[in-house]
Amino acid sequence: MKSKVAVSVAPSMRRTRGEKIYNVFNILFFVVFAFICVYPFYYLIINSISDNAASAAGQVNWWPDGFHLENYKQVFALDGLSTAAFISLARTVIGTALTVIASAFLGFMFTQQKMWRRTFWYRFIVVTMYFNAGLIPMFITMKNLGLTNNFWVYVLPAIVQPFNIILVKTYVESIPASLQEAAEMDGAGTMTVFGKIILPMCTPILATVAIFSAVGQWNSFQDTLIYMTDSKLYSLQYLLYTYINQANALAASVKASAGTAMNVAALATQQTPTSIRMTVSVIVVLPILFVYPFFQRFFVKGMMLGAVKG
Amino acid sequence: MQSLEGSAGATASAGVTSEAAAVAGRQSRRKKKNGGVTSDKTHGFRLWLLIVPFLILSVLFSYLPLFGWIYAFFDYQPPIPLTESEFVGLQWFKMLVQNPAQLATIGQVLANTFAMSGLNILTSFFPLLFAIALNEIRARWFKNRVQTLTTLPNFISWVLVYSVAFAMFSTTGMFNQLLQNLHLITEPIKFLDSDSHTWLKMLMWGIWKGLGWGSILYLAAIAGIDQELYEAAQVDGASRWQQIIHITIPQLLPTYFVLLMLSVSNFLNNGMDQYFVFQNAFNMKHIQVLDLYVYNVGMGNNSLSLATAISMLKSLVSVGLLFVVNWLSKRTRGTSIV
Repeated sequence: MKSKVAVSVAPSMRRTRGEKIYNVFNILFFVVFAFICVYPFYYLIINSISDNAASAAGQVNWWPDGFHLENYKQVFALDGLSTAAFISLARTVIGTALTVIASAFLGFMFTQQKMWRRTFWYRFIVVTMYFNAGLIPMFITMKNLGLTNNFWVYVLPAIVQPFNIILVKTYVESIPASLQEAAEMDGAGTMTVFGKIILPMCTPILATVAIFSAVGQWNSFQDTLIYMTDSKLYSLQYLLYTYINQANALAASVKASAGTAMNVAALATQQTPTSIRMTVSVIVVLPILFVYPFFQRFFVKGMMLGAVKG
Repeated sequence: MQSLEGSAGATASAGVTSEAAAVAGRQSRRKKKNGGVTSDKTHGFRLWLLIVPFLILSVLFSYLPLFGWIYAFFDYQPPIPLTESEFVGLQWFKMLVQNPAQLATIGQVLANTFAMSGLNILTSFFPLLFAIALNEIRARWFKNRVQTLTTLPNFISWVLVYSVAFAMFSTTGMFNQLLQNLHLITEPIKFLDSDSHTWLKMLMWGIWKGLGWGSILYLAAIAGIDQELYEAAQVDGASRWQQIIHITIPQLLPTYFVLLMLSVSNFLNNGMDQYFVFQNAFNMKHIQVLDLYVYNVGMGNNSLSLATAISMLKSLVSVGLLFVVNWLSKRTRGTSIV
């Protein structure tokens, strides 16, 4: 994109009429599409802080109407929300940390020519990218391993990620081998080489791995759905899903079923089902919105590396 | 299970061997150049031991589940253990094609799967066009802003997409209220609780979520195109339009082709998140893709064996597709995609 300047300057002098018209439509399209991408989040945020009555009447479309944080206070008092927030946070932190460490370590180890049957074990890991036993066999396996209704099911299966390992391995291969040789000459063992030399040099690629893994952990919802029946282990995403459906049920004035639905129903007298739903949505999306500007620069890197074959 | 025990056993015995070998290795490593063979071997083995814990994780969560396929040949009704379940052979597979009601359901599910994957493949050139069009805009700040804003939906979960959909399009959502407040409609329009244009709606949500993100790879590829090509074309008097047609698009085609091949090999894998969150009693018929169907049969109806049978077929066909696509890629482009 840098070099774009050089190209576009010359022809810009003599843009034809057709090109000018096209340009206007082009810009218009992107403005509209960008708006469509962002407006829903803005809508959720302004509705969660606006006057609940105005919000319920659908009068809050462009500007917040009033300002209060009562919704957030009430929602955090909801049964299960703090627990779910904690679970989501814990799985994101622990899961990301372990994936990054494992990817870094395996990516490095698979560059060690001396390893016993290195190529075989590398392929042994990489090939798992291309097949999948399926949802139900996975569920049965997890059940047999005692991992259903167990926090570790969020973390353990995600540790060894072939794709990340390929990324790191490719990256490590670009580091001059002479560095490791020199360190070994000075008496450094493999682990020292990894910890003192390779790990610090891999920070850019590991940051990419960390970010994508963290987003994946935070957003994951299917594993709660399949492996968890204990509401203490629900993730925030799953809780949001149940709230939406319950709000749906309330809105349609269908009788609320037992359990958490009762809590939502009781709250609905002060807060509306809509306000609860939107507030929880904002809580779920806020961490993404906060870290988004920081990890944006890793996008292209992540995508480009993804295109590099293993 | 067998493979697990096997690998654990191997690990244990390997541990013993290496302990003994390590002592010998330590002595010989000092004079590495002479006694290279044995010491290198031991060293290599110890390196391997370091990654064993991770190999075990891979076995547990990628290979072991494959053994779960045997449940497809039993009548497994939890909590009765597999050992006491009745062996039924190919009964579940036969049932899929023999029972007319079942066949009709499977047919509809396959139609949905093919429709969703087909529509995705038909629209797979959208990100390419998006990138080319965005690249035509000269203001860099504008390009960057657009890129930032349109990529955002890719990073939120489908649950949140559904929450957004609900806030916008439910009967009490923003659109219905807006239209009612403007007195354009009297009755709310059921955008979500209906089966009209389900495939199209799902496609639109997919595009909303993925278009900006999908274009990033192409934007990067455009940035990598040799600028001399454009300069030469300009000297020859090519218009911007001609430059796009004759330089940009041909240069992007290899990238497009790889992504297309990958999406073909994933034809049966729509994933279930999107369809699961959007499914309801009204749109069930047209939203149930294969992945969702497996979930609904297995977890909803508790027919774990039948669901495993379908899972198994799906996985086998997917791997087959991958091979075919890879072979095609080798034939036509000379390089494999995996």
